[in-house]
Amino acid sequence: MSFTSLVRAIARYVFVTFILATGVFAPLSASAETLKLAVTTSFNNSGLSDILLPQIKKDLDLDVQLLIVGTGQALRLGQAGDVDAVLVHSRAAEEAFLAAGYGTHRREIMYNDFVLIGPSGDPAGIAGSGSAVEALKKIAAAKVPFVSRGDDSGTNKKELSLWKKADMDSAAFGPWYRAVGAGMGASLNTASGMNAYIMSDRASWLKFGNKGDLKLLYSGDPILFNQYAFIPVNPKLHPQVKTADVARLEDWLTSPKAEKLINDYEINGEKLFVFNAKR
Amino acid sequence: MSDIFDGLAAAFWLLVTLEPNLVEISLRSLQVSLTALAVACAIALPLGTWLAVQRFRYRRVTIATLNALMGLPPVVVGLIVYILFSRSGPFGVLGLLFTPTAMIIAQVVIITPLIASITHQAMRDLWAEYHDLLISLKTTKVQRVRTLIWDGRRTLLTAALAGFGRAIGEVGAIMIVGGNIDHATRVLTTAIALETGKGDFALALGLGFVLIALALMVSLITHWLSQTEREGRW
Repeated sequence: MSFTSLVRAIARYVFVTFILATGVFAPLSASAETLKLAVTTSFNNSGLSDILLPQIKKDLDLDVQLLIVGTGQALRLGQAGDVDAVLVHSRAAEEAFLAAGYGTHRREIMYNDFVLIGPSGDPAGIAGSGSAVEALKKIAAAKVPFVSRGDDSGTNKKELSLWKKADMDSAAFGPWYRAVGAGMGASLNTASGMNAYIMSDRASWLKFGNKGDLKLLYSGDPILFNQYAFIPVNPKLHPQVKTADVARLEDWLTSPKAEKLINDYEINGEKLFVFNAKR
Repeated sequence: MSDIFDGLAAAFWLLVTLEPNLVEISLRSLQVSLTALAVACAIALPLGTWLAVQRFRYRRVTIATLNALMGLPPVVVGLIVYILFSRSGPFGVLGLLFTPTAMIIAQVVIITPLIASITHQAMRDLWAEYHDLLISLKTTKVQRVRTLIWDGRRTLLTAALAGFGRAIGEVGAIMIVGGNIDHATRVLTTAIALETGKGDFALALGLGFVLIALALMVSLITHWLSQTEREGRW
């Protein structure tokens, strides 16, 4: 046997073994205690999850696997029993979820706020508006491009409720109103590309890396308050839900330790979330 | 333009420092797509060859269907696999949703028709050549299929690589059935989608270059091991 064919035979063997090994053994190497939590894109895009998850792993020896989706889809995953708990931000949808018996209870964890973003020149002149509704009315009157999440997420539901408060029907808007049907980050990318107005949660905006000509133009109206709540999935409907681990996670999320981590989390010196769980 | 250079720089640093997260998701990409490829080949190669050899009533319809399925939209496959394996779906008890296994299942569904179609095309020509010989030798159907697969192995390699290419670059289906969970089901394509969402184009592009390099490497290794394109034999 010549040298090259020997090398080739060995390489072939290693290659095949590698394929078999990665295919067969890798799935088994996942750690034992895992829990699936559906969270909103804003929780992950803000970077807070990168602070909390390693600490949870350390304190509870629990691997929290995040499914990053909009509030609408998060609640659907909980309803189907595909996750153990959800962390979302849309009160009306949460209460409907509980009323239907899909969750056991709702525990408020923390809040942040929504902000209005737009081109730095502010063609609609929303900076300094008296209220969020007034700002949206100005955008509609100026017919300047506005990007809507359009994905049934918590942010989307909030935006739609504001249009309703302004006595306007977002379905009847002209082409300036662009529902992109995407997550917070992807929508911000679209707004950045079109230099359009958009409503975002403060955390995602601060952490966003592709701001372009966009600027925070309006914030501070109490109506823009954004409450995050934790809801365990009902084990009566889905016996496979890891109720004990979910309870441990809930205790941790409402503990003084979590309070400090959440309250201390800052980007560019700006505080993002305020812990407000009742103990 | 500067975004592209930032991407190249990001890819370079990711590779030079062998960033542990990058290694993890790259290996998972390979694991999922290569496993899917192995399973899909086990189904598609004999199926495609058998379709070339066998004559039956609905053969034309079957082949046309198979060809049409080559364009199966991954996002629809993802949705169907999701519904089947959801806890409230028919296979929910298996608890496979949001695991690499679910991703492999979705990819097998996506690439099997592709590999089977290419196999069938190649084997039809080969069968025309071998037909008289294999018939006169009184071979069984199984022997014919086996002979064709073995003698057409170089063309089948192309079929397999086409399947692999579709699998490793696919994002629609595995995003739905895998859920892009960090350290569990995140692969290169879903990580690219995530970083794009964060507006970190440099990192997203860097991961993209790594993905392309990976696909190229697998193709080169396969060709080298199977000794194609050498003098006198191709």
